[in-house]
Amino acid sequence: MTADSTPALVKQADADTDGPAPAAPPAARGPRARNTKAYLKYVATKIVGAAVSLFAVLVTSFFLFRLIPSDPVKQMTGGRPVSAEQLESLRRQFGLDQPMWQQFTSYVGDALTGDFGTSFQFHAPVMDKITEALPATLLLTGTAYVLYSALGIWLGTRTAWRNGSKSDRFNTALALTLYSVPAFWLGLLLIIVFSVGVGPIPGMFPTGGLESGNETGFAYVLDVAHHMVLPVITLVAVGYAQTLLVMRSSLLDEMGSDYLTTARAKGLRDDTVRRRHAVPNAMLPTFTLMFVNLGHVVAGQILVETVFSWPGLGGLFYQGLSVPDLPLVQGLFFVFATAVILANTLADLLYPLLDPRVGR
Amino acid sequence: MVERVPPPSAQPRSRLRILVASGAAALALAAGSIVPGMPLGAAPQQAQAADSGNRTLTVAVAQSVDSLSPFLAQKLLSTSVSRLMYDFLTNYDPKDNHAVPGLATKWEPSADKLTWTYTIRSNSKWSDGQQATAEDAAWTFNKMMTDEAAAQANGSFVTNFKKVTAPSPTQLVIELKEPQATMAALDVPIVPKHVWEKVKDFSKFNNDKDFPVVGNGPFVLSDYKVDQYVKLKANKDFWRGKPKFDELVFKTYKDQDAAVAALRKGEVSFVAGSPALTPAQAASLKGDANIKVNEGPGRRFFALATNPGAQTKDGKKFGNGNKALLDQKVRQALFLSIDRKTIIDKVFQGHAVEGQGYIPPRFSEYAWQPSATQSLAYDPAKAGKLLDQAGYELKDGKRVGKDGKALDLRILCHATDPNDKAIGKYLKEWWGKLGVGLKVDCLDDVSVPWYAGEYDLAFDGWSVNPDPDFVLGIHTCAALPIKAKASASTDNFICDKSYDELYKKQLAEYDPAKRADLVGQMQSWLYDSGYMSVIAYPNAVEAYRTDQIKSITTMPEAAGNIYGQDGYWSWWSAVPAGSDGGDGDSDSGSSSTGLVIGIVVAVVVLAGGGFLISRRRRTTADERE
Repeated sequence: MTADSTPALVKQADADTDGPAPAAPPAARGPRARNTKAYLKYVATKIVGAAVSLFAVLVTSFFLFRLIPSDPVKQMTGGRPVSAEQLESLRRQFGLDQPMWQQFTSYVGDALTGDFGTSFQFHAPVMDKITEALPATLLLTGTAYVLYSALGIWLGTRTAWRNGSKSDRFNTALALTLYSVPAFWLGLLLIIVFSVGVGPIPGMFPTGGLESGNETGFAYVLDVAHHMVLPVITLVAVGYAQTLLVMRSSLLDEMGSDYLTTARAKGLRDDTVRRRHAVPNAMLPTFTLMFVNLGHVVAGQILVETVFSWPGLGGLFYQGLSVPDLPLVQGLFFVFATAVILANTLADLLYPLLDPRVGR
Repeated sequence: MVERVPPPSAQPRSRLRILVASGAAALALAAGSIVPGMPLGAAPQQAQAADSGNRTLTVAVAQSVDSLSPFLAQKLLSTSVSRLMYDFLTNYDPKDNHAVPGLATKWEPSADKLTWTYTIRSNSKWSDGQQATAEDAAWTFNKMMTDEAAAQANGSFVTNFKKVTAPSPTQLVIELKEPQATMAALDVPIVPKHVWEKVKDFSKFNNDKDFPVVGNGPFVLSDYKVDQYVKLKANKDFWRGKPKFDELVFKTYKDQDAAVAALRKGEVSFVAGSPALTPAQAASLKGDANIKVNEGPGRRFFALATNPGAQTKDGKKFGNGNKALLDQKVRQALFLSIDRKTIIDKVFQGHAVEGQGYIPPRFSEYAWQPSATQSLAYDPAKAGKLLDQAGYELKDGKRVGKDGKALDLRILCHATDPNDKAIGKYLKEWWGKLGVGLKVDCLDDVSVPWYAGEYDLAFDGWSVNPDPDFVLGIHTCAALPIKAKASASTDNFICDKSYDELYKKQLAEYDPAKRADLVGQMQSWLYDSGYMSVIAYPNAVEAYRTDQIKSITTMPEAAGNIYGQDGYWSWWSAVPAGSDGGDGDSDSGSSSTGLVIGIVVAVVVLAGGGFLISRRRRTTADERE
């Protein structure tokens, strides 16, 4: 019964063998204080970096969308009888008649107070439109994110541990295939098969949208869950491969390492070696990827949201670009970028806790 | 390498069994739910509504709502909803588009043509019970005349108004600055004054917070969720009679293939083309017994336009249009060598009609055709002769001008429109045979080179209203830009005195026959000038379920379209299938069973995820070793 009597040994093994990098020389006095100071400095650098990035994004977003060669006013009124005077008056209302620098300063000034102006086409504050569509996106891509990350890590570990086996080859090939499938195509296929029904398969899911529109209370929750099934499956199917591959390759890198041989030589069981030694060391690249993906949860998935008529941010961005609805796209661009920057900053702040080598 | 493939442990296997079992149960449930008398994948959801005595017509639309305020709404969906919520002064007859009574029962101009008197009906009530009166109409127009924000959507109708008053509840008087022929076609929703006078900022009020929204049209707006649906309830007190469906839902489908799938499943009763279903979609739906593909004459024209020399209002030239196209003979030669029949057959695959006049034949009052001698039908030989006459001789297969330069042209094409690209290829071939080179410039947004006058030819097209004033107006000198390269209401920089005179005359002509004659003369001028050539009128292609909609009015009534009509005819007239007998009501549980399946599957998916994670954690070493 070695299993019950060796927790201390396991810890010891962890400490002794973690990572190939030489551990810092054990300081005689105040290592903790120095580490805390180093960490705080590290945190400050990261936060300042994030703030600078955010400001750069704010500036970029203003000019980026003004490069789109299109006249918003003309696009919006396209196909309807509008006199030249009306075009002028619309331009004045939207502030498009002002010189560029003036538009820019008022944009940056307002944005710093969280005001991204009024959407040209929806006649509503941009922030209202974003907060209206954000929950739908978070619900869909957030659920998918949790599922595909879990699936990717689990399968990645499994395939790497059983490297070369039939199941490894099958899983890797399947993941790569799904990864290269266009999401909208897979979505449409799922609609045709599981919404409309093909042959003996009945049409059991709605063809699109977030809700049927006639349920309340708990029935509403169930109705939304019903609507989520196909889009979530689509997102998970095309999304898990990335995590799987990263997890698999980083675990494979670890697998030849001496510390694993040592651990095994100590008589640890294969499962413990994998879970307590190999996987934690292999997690860092996967961790990075997960945080990158976390940032993208907010941006939604334009194509999947479109195919399933999901009322989220992806679709809103598309509508904004087609005008172009400058305040709307600027606001969305800023929110998307903020999410990515925040997720990355969060990852940076957490790394030192996961891997003590970082941030010293 | 130490790795092994241990046998799956007993414990996970039993969990796996549960998982498989629950999946099987879900499938069994699913299979069970669709058996009783229902064709697979075609469970009309309307039937379930019939159970509660409520008939719902669901329409799949591709657009989202920009605003539900009739003062702001610009998109087709939103303006169509305004049409259903509020009555207009007049409406268009579904047969031939002539003005018929709406909120006004009668309308008459004064002798000097400058004062119009409308008699407002006394049997129209707002949905909150108050009477709709001339005061409401006067308030609506006055608001548009005085508040810039309220003029956003329909301001062009009132720019020529001098004064609007309501001397009595049934009398509305509009005084004009100049005669205006569109007075029986004022497409302005009349709103209830007692509700709207409380609105402070018209530029930000979207009319989408408090339901039901007070209106007096055939339907009352009852609910709206951004990018999901717009729900309207039948107005039981509508003066023309209540609609046959109890509820009308416009459901947003951002992907047209998904919308077609929803129609096939029966989740929606109608799919609107945007502007038309693709030939492939139409063909695939035609095989379905319960679906009718409706094809009607479209309101759009598809044309080629030349650059007649871009210029500002005060005559400053700009742009770089090819000078050769300033010669009418060259333009006509190009248009003579377009085989419209091939374009209709091969590109539009039969879903369009050959183009001639500027106004589509759908608007029979104003449609015009060239006479036999005037006609520029396909004639490549004649085209060659015209080019010879214009001084472009054929040398080594190339047309070369007197300056020794070969005749090479560019055409602006919309990268998002497959028709443009396909026709571009044909043009290249046909004009190549003539000796004219062509470069097809496909861009996502053509407006910049277009406004800058940096093009030789362009693919052009407009949707035409029953009243032709607007599309005719875009070719007047007044539509030219004030500054070079600035956007303006002009379409092709055309400016011609004789055309402008005809335009003014038609706008001031109250006699329909005389006005139609003037509009015909303008089209004749446009045709002869060769500045533009109408290639086709693409059809409107749409589809609906015959097991949900028994009948529906098209416009024009004989073989017309359904979605995007001028007026509320289609949805007001639609008759539910089975309204005079039993219909597949056996499926009352389809929604709830579907729901149960969904839940089961969702739970399975989530439980599966959780299971996978937990399995990893719980697998003990004993099982591995």
